Order: sequence, then C-alpha cells, then structure tokens
Amino acid sequence: MTDANPAEMPERFRGRGRGGNREELQVPEAEFRSYYGRPIIKAPVWKNPDVPLYLFLGGLAGSSSVLAAMARATGRPTLRRAGRLGAAAGAVGGTVFLVHDLHRPRRFLHMLRVFKPTSPLSVGTWILSPFATFAAATAATEVTGWFRRTGDVTGVAAAVVGPALATYTAVLFSNTAVPTWHEAHRHLPILFGSSAAAAGGGFGLVFSSVRDNEPAARLAIAGAATELAIDEKMQRDLGMLADVYCKGRAKTLMRASKTCLVAGALGALVGRRRRWSAALSGLALMAGSALTRFGVFDAGIASANDPAHIVVPQRERIRQRQASTETATTPPDRTFA
Amino acid sequence: MTLFDAFSGAASSLSGPLPDPSADAGWSAEHPKRVGFFTDTSVCIGCKACEVACKEWNLVPDDGTDASDLYRLTGMSYDNTGDLGASTWRHVAFIEDVRPHGTATTGHMPSGLPALGGSLPRDAASAPPDGGTVDLLALLPDTGAHGQQTPDDERDVRWLMSSDVCKHCTHAGCLDVCPTGALFRTEFGTVVVQDDICNGCGYCVPSCPYGVIDVRESDGGAHKCTLCYDRLGEGLEPACAKACPTNSIQFGDLDELQAAADARLAELHGRGVEEARLYGRDPDDGVGGDGAFFLLLDEPEVYGLPPDPIVTTRDLPEMWRNAALTALGLGAAAVAAFFTGGRR
Repeated sequence: MTDANPAEMPERFRGRGRGGNREELQVPEAEFRSYYGRPIIKAPVWKNPDVPLYLFLGGLAGSSSVLAAMARATGRPTLRRAGRLGAAAGAVGGTVFLVHDLHRPRRFLHMLRVFKPTSPLSVGTWILSPFATFAAATAATEVTGWFRRTGDVTGVAAAVVGPALATYTAVLFSNTAVPTWHEAHRHLPILFGSSAAAAGGGFGLVFSSVRDNEPAARLAIAGAATELAIDEKMQRDLGMLADVYCKGRAKTLMRASKTCLVAGALGALVGRRRRWSAALSGLALMAGSALTRFGVFDAGIASANDPAHIVVPQRERIRQRQASTETATTPPDRTFA
Repeated sequence: MTLFDAFSGAASSLSGPLPDPSADAGWSAEHPKRVGFFTDTSVCIGCKACEVACKEWNLVPDDGTDASDLYRLTGMSYDNTGDLGASTWRHVAFIEDVRPHGTATTGHMPSGLPALGGSLPRDAASAPPDGGTVDLLALLPDTGAHGQQTPDDERDVRWLMSSDVCKHCTHAGCLDVCPTGALFRTEFGTVVVQDDICNGCGYCVPSCPYGVIDVRESDGGAHKCTLCYDRLGEGLEPACAKACPTNSIQFGDLDELQAAADARLAELHGRGVEEARLYGRDPDDGVGGDGAFFLLLDEPEVYGLPPDPIVTTRDLPEMWRNAALTALGLGAAAVAAFFTGGRR
C-alpha cells in the first residue's frame, strides 16, 4: 500500500472541484465529487492561540535548555542564565497553555493515567512533565543561588529531554488525518526542530551579553536557514496539499514568518556584537518561529475543511493501486470499494 | 517498526488485517464475538428513525442549536443534520442526484419524473419489477413550489439515502491517539469513550479518518456512537437497528453480517445494479476493515465518506523515528554552536 504522491497528480485535479453536484457529473474527470462540498474529516478543535503558542514555547524551552547547559560548561554566565530562565518560562508557560487548551482542564492529570506510545500527546505529556520539573528547578537555583550543584545536574537533565520536547510536537500534528499535516510527516519534525533552534537562539540573543551570545547567534542562524529551506521543500513535496499555505491567513503568517527569519538571521550575522541589534535580531527570530507555528496550525485547519484534500489524493492512491495490480498476474479482487 | 519493538503490544497492531481486535486489546479468550452494523443503503428510505432512536436511547442532547437557527436548515437537501458529530451519532445522508436523462440507474426515483431510458428498473433495490412504487409527488401540486426539481425531458433525479455511523474501525485512530485511555476497545470489538475519563483534549477529533468523533461544546467531552454498549451487555440490539423500519441497518456478529453483505451484493449485481459496492468491508483496507460497513450505490465521497481511508497511526513508527533523529540533530547543533570558530 503506497501513499499517493500528490505532486504527481494530473494537473486537471489541482485546485478544482468547488460547486454543485450537477457540474461534477457533467465533467466527471475534471472535478472531484463530494457530499455537497462539505468537509469529510473534522478540523482540530484545538484552541488558537493556545496550541500554536504551546508549540512555540516548547520549542523555545527545548533549545534554550541545551544552550544553558552548554553555556554552563563553557563559562558563559549570561547565556546560561538566559537559557535557564527561557527553558523554565517556556515549559511553565507551555504547560499553562496546554492545560487551558483542554475542554475539561480540571482533568489535566488524567493525562498521567497511562503511557501510550501510540498517542503523541501521551508521550508529549511524559516528555513535558519531567522537562518542566528539571527546567523549573534549574531556574530556581539560578535565581536564588541556592543548591547550585543540584541546578547544574537538573540543567543537564533538562537539556537531555529538551530537544525531544521541541520535535515531538511535529508528530502530534502529523499523526492526524489532516492531509497537509499527515503527508508532511517527514518534514514537520525538521521544520519544528529548526524553528525551535531559531526561537531558543533568538531568546539567547535578546537576554545574554554580547560577550556570551555567539553560540546563540550561530544556533539561531542555522535554525532559521534550515527552517526556510525545509519549508520550501515541504510545500513542494506536498503538491496540491500545499495550496492551503498559498491562501488565506496561513499565507500571510508564513510570509511574515519568512520575513522575520531572514531579517533576524541577517541581523544576528552582522549585528550580534551590538547589544541593541542583537536583541532586535533575537526578537525577529522568535517572532519568525512563532509565526511558523501559527501558519502551520492555520494550514491544517484549512486542509481538514477541504474535501478535495481527502478525496483527490485518496482517489489517486486507489488509481495507482489499481494500476499496480493490473500489471500483476493475479487479477485484483474488485468486490470492495 | 523497529522503534516500536520495545512496545510490542502496541506495535503488533497499528495497521493491516486483525482478526480479533478485542483479544489484541487484552480481553480474555472468552470475550463475545465481534459485533457490528451492516448498513444496506439500497433499502434506506431516509426516515431518520435511527437518528431519533439513537438520541432518545442515549440521551444525546440537541445539536447545539441557537435561537436564530432553531432547525439548522442546511438548505442543501432534506438532510438538516449535516454530518456526524458529538451529538449526532447516526446521520442520514440525503443526496439528490441530478443526471442527464437516461444515465441514472438505481436509487429511489421520485415519481412524476421522466421514465428512465432502457429497461433498467426504477428502483432495483426494493421496487418490484413492474415499478409499482407509491407516486408521492403526483399527490402534490405540480408547480415545483415545494422545492423539487421541476421535471423535464433533459434530467433524471435519483435520491440516495444512507445512515452513517461510527465505523468502529479495526484500527481506530481515535483510540490510538487518546492520551488518557478514555477511549477503549470493548469486549465486543467496538470503540467507546468513557466520559468520566475524557479530559476534552480533542486529539481524537482530527485523528478520525471519517470525521466521526467530536467534542461537545456544552460539556467539553468527546462523544460518538457506542454501538449501544449498554444494550449489548443486556443482549439487545442497538437502538438504531431496532428502530430501522426497512432493515437497512442490520446488527449482528460481524462475520455473519459480512456474509450477508456479500450475498446482498451478489444479488444486486445479478439484478444489474452494477454500481452497488461494499464500503468498509475489506479487512485489507487502510483501517483493517470497519465494524460498521455499508452497501453504497455510488462512490463513497458522494455520501461524504473518504474513498480510501488509512489510520494515521500506520505511519507513526516512522514519525517517531523522524522526530527522534531530529531531536538528536537539534541537540547536536546546539552543542556544536559552542565549538565552531574561536573568537568571542
């Protein structure tokens, strides 16, 4: 069973298919059929801005935790402090948004009843819980100055878990029936991971001294460049499913994200040695990262609401399967739809 | 699948045929046989008794109407429910299919319209060969004022009706992704939400390839068809099947339903209803076959069903692998940022 690659679909299928039943029947080849143009799958009921912000904060926290642990090891105190506070703020803020997103928030602890590897949200809960604990403990030692040794240990523990917090959210999105998310399951982890690098690096640029901020700048620039590249590749590979990135609010958000990332990365490249330009660049990089999450979220909602995103790729998948079985020696069983 | 070898219980059953999902979920060998629905849409008359019976038995509230739109008229057909949702566990789709004259074949033909070309029966599914259906439209004033397509010589109209329901998939995406364990596989092989566990995270909603389950605004919980779990325990058939006046909704052991459906399909094909097809019957499909499957008279998408659904968790092992590798890459990049170059 192979997935249809929407990019290989005949041109006539692309971007067509609105309108009534009668038109579809008269031009059956050019149009997909649907039930009065209604959506086939349900769009996510996740709240906006809670979930996109959670993705952004989780990414920021994850990469900040690694920067903080490395800054501690290499003696960059202001970057260490910024990273530790960023990791804790991101983890705690993200947890708040995640709980608020629930439609029954008082039952948040039900998440901890089970551990289910088939549920990215369950796995994510078990990533977020220890990370938030380690990051908050580390930040507490940083702020109070008590138990510094313990703080160093928990800081390393947070740094070990942190990158997983930044990338598991890609699985959270792609492990749905939403076509634009699911079919991007090879791209979204890289997109979210690089977006996390841009956010964490950007945070470090804003809050650490110019003497310490070089690793943050490097990470942010690398993250922004990777994010821009993988976004291009994702949209090319998605084929017709990428149309949701080319219209509506998702288009605006993704364009704004690109602008912020380019400006922030260039600013970090040439201006990290001046405090004000480093801070501005960092802000732009964080904004770019956040806008990406909002854009991907909006694109997924639009994809779920578009019956063409379900019918056209699935029809193409059936066609390819039939084409492959026709060449086989055993005739295909045509009993089932 | 290598990543999942550590979780062998979960790994064994993410996709593909699975003869006994209850046993796979941990039920002992004495559990009852898997039950399901066979919905034969060729005899559905669109009466919506199933919708009403479901609401009454399961105490499902109304569909979130507000005062400005009391009846939620969709304006598209006689279907004013629209789709399955948190408060609609049975939904009767109603398709008014207008075709150039002579091309329509089966389905319920509203009378008073031009006769079909050729020798095809008016309603191959249920009408006697002499075409003796009740001519309801002839009883109404022939003005077109009651919303009907005005009969003419160019077009045929047929009505397709289908009572949609949760498919109780062999590989249920909603169940796989539920982080609390609120969704579970029953001893009957069905998929049920435990309302006292569900915390309304909403992950099941976009994970259903059929768009069945949804979160109810009023209580924040996810809801869907339980296949009347409470009635099954007492040896009763589900309320919708009990109420169905034409036996379009058939309840029973899944293997028996499958045999009955195969026989019905062969019968219809024998009568020249070539477009009849089974949907969700195939255990080799993307969800491992449905516990509730259908006989349709047109493409699935015409009824609002996905033509080739695949459970999203089929690709989950690869997704976890990608995310884990990317996490390693992110960590390595953050570490490397401290070592490349020298100048501070």
